[in-house]
Amino acid sequence: MGDGAKSLLLHGAILLSLFGLQFVLPEYHQLAVTRILLLAVFAMGYNLLFGYTGLLSLGHAMFFGAGMYGAGLSAYHLGWAVPSAMLLGVACGALLALLVGLVALRTTGVAFMIVTLMISQVGYLATVYFTTWTRGDEGLVMPEAARSFTLFGHTWLLTDPVTRYNLALILLAIAMAVLLWVARGRFGRALVAVRENEDRTRMLGYHTFVIKLKALLLSGAVSAAAGAAYALMFAYIGSSFTTIQYSIDPLLYTLLGGAGTVAGPVLGTFLMFYLVDYASELTNAYLLVTGIVLVVLVLFFPRGILGAIRERWLRWLP
Amino acid sequence: MDFGPFLFLATLEGLVQAAVLCLTALGLSLVFGVMRVVNVAHGEFFMLGAVLAWWVTGWFGGHPALGFVVALALAPVLVGGIAWAGERMVLKRVSYDPEATIVATIGMLYIIQQTTLLTFGPDARPVEPPFYFRVQFPWFGYSGYKLCVIVAAAVLLLAAWFVITRTRLGLVMRATQFDRETAQNFGIAVDRVYAMVFAIGAGLAAAGAVLVVPVQQAHYLMGGDPLLLSFIVVIIGGLGSIRGTLVAALLIGLCDGIISVFFSPTLAKMLSTLAVALVLVFRPQGLMGARQRG
Repeated sequence: MGDGAKSLLLHGAILLSLFGLQFVLPEYHQLAVTRILLLAVFAMGYNLLFGYTGLLSLGHAMFFGAGMYGAGLSAYHLGWAVPSAMLLGVACGALLALLVGLVALRTTGVAFMIVTLMISQVGYLATVYFTTWTRGDEGLVMPEAARSFTLFGHTWLLTDPVTRYNLALILLAIAMAVLLWVARGRFGRALVAVRENEDRTRMLGYHTFVIKLKALLLSGAVSAAAGAAYALMFAYIGSSFTTIQYSIDPLLYTLLGGAGTVAGPVLGTFLMFYLVDYASELTNAYLLVTGIVLVVLVLFFPRGILGAIRERWLRWLP
Repeated sequence: MDFGPFLFLATLEGLVQAAVLCLTALGLSLVFGVMRVVNVAHGEFFMLGAVLAWWVTGWFGGHPALGFVVALALAPVLVGGIAWAGERMVLKRVSYDPEATIVATIGMLYIIQQTTLLTFGPDARPVEPPFYFRVQFPWFGYSGYKLCVIVAAAVLLLAAWFVITRTRLGLVMRATQFDRETAQNFGIAVDRVYAMVFAIGAGLAAAGAVLVVPVQQAHYLMGGDPLLLSFIVVIIGGLGSIRGTLVAALLIGLCDGIISVFFSPTLAKMLSTLAVALVLVFRPQGLMGARQRG
């Protein structure tokens, strides 16, 4: 069996088992996994930039937030239907990524991290400052009209947990398909080339700035899709989703699962979400877990779980 | 109050801010300059300084000045010790790789902050100033302690300047900053210098926090603002340039103090953060610094 077939089989199996999971999960965990699926999409978008292109952003909350506010504000203030609000959210994320990329990609390494961190902080402050429209920390609850939509002749109820679960799964499947297509194709190889040695890639005749900008654009759009879906499905938008915490989470998920692997961020999100969920039952200082996992990963497992598996056993893992 | 005295008051407030910011940012700048790593946990060392000050002053009782002086001496040393341990256990083992270090210090940030939440609790706690004394200006009275903060910070900065430029330790630090490999060839234990610098940087932040905690209260989340402001200062002043750091800290502390008296703090923060990000993109050597050698 070829490598392509193996990886298709593996990721198909992952999606299928996630589909099957909804029939065995109790209601609480069904809701939790719905959130995990969306956060995993966010992490996959992040991974595209961090894992494949080697650009560590500390400001991806701004893309998640752009999607969230793009979708949420248009649904709340303009009364847009869910599908068009969703598309607007993704477009906002892509546009923001383009603008940020044109500026921030002039820097590399540590400067890139700090610049993205700061621009994202500006985004957070903006959601607090324009409180007339966003209601800042308090946030907005989506109106009744945005709780259902008609598409392909079927009315989808976003209040129904099963519908939400499957819509989130569809989004994950799309993101996974995009990532697989990127990872196995010419574009993905160009990204990895930039990650491994940007100067040499440039010498080979590639316009590395354009490659990085495309990567950021796609990464921002995928992250924004997660944010937009999160806003519409859980009917709430607020400033807390644009804080630094939401920039660090996808980094953590990606590092844990394995940067530069397609399924890694999904695995990382699952593990980390439940770890934090469990810790938060024990103590209010549950973010301690986040800190410990980060340090342990950096010290002992810099490649993450799937990264280590790929290194030892499954060389073909995309 | 007229505009003149009002501006004077705002300037005083700005100076207090600037004095503390000088200490905190100098710590971050030293770490970045010598070790070439960004310490995201720097704000937490500041917070630890304040929390330890609360703890020490409470433990001592008696006259508040006694506990405060002990806190001012003890907190930086303890925080420096914690930073030293963190450096040995984590940063050294990732070989100061810039990206790994940032991720690791984010982890340290959470560990320190959340451990404080577990032990110190979620409440803000006041620390009594060592003395009450009002300086009476013609238009308003002003806390004598705040003026004392400015003087104390200036003294500490002078001491730091003396150590950096006039002692063997400072010479070794500067040599390591200038060229790590040559320094090593000349028999400098670069490794130990790094640990020392990381500890000193954290200690400076802690000292700033002890000075300011009587007018601010200790809280486990108080590290965020000093961290962001120190970043801004270090970037504007030029990465690794100590003189630039001090000038920028003075400027930004003053501006921040004055602007937040007159304008909406959120808008001011938004615009200044954006401006600083652009400085880092278009003038990475800082507004005042010269280009660093590779």
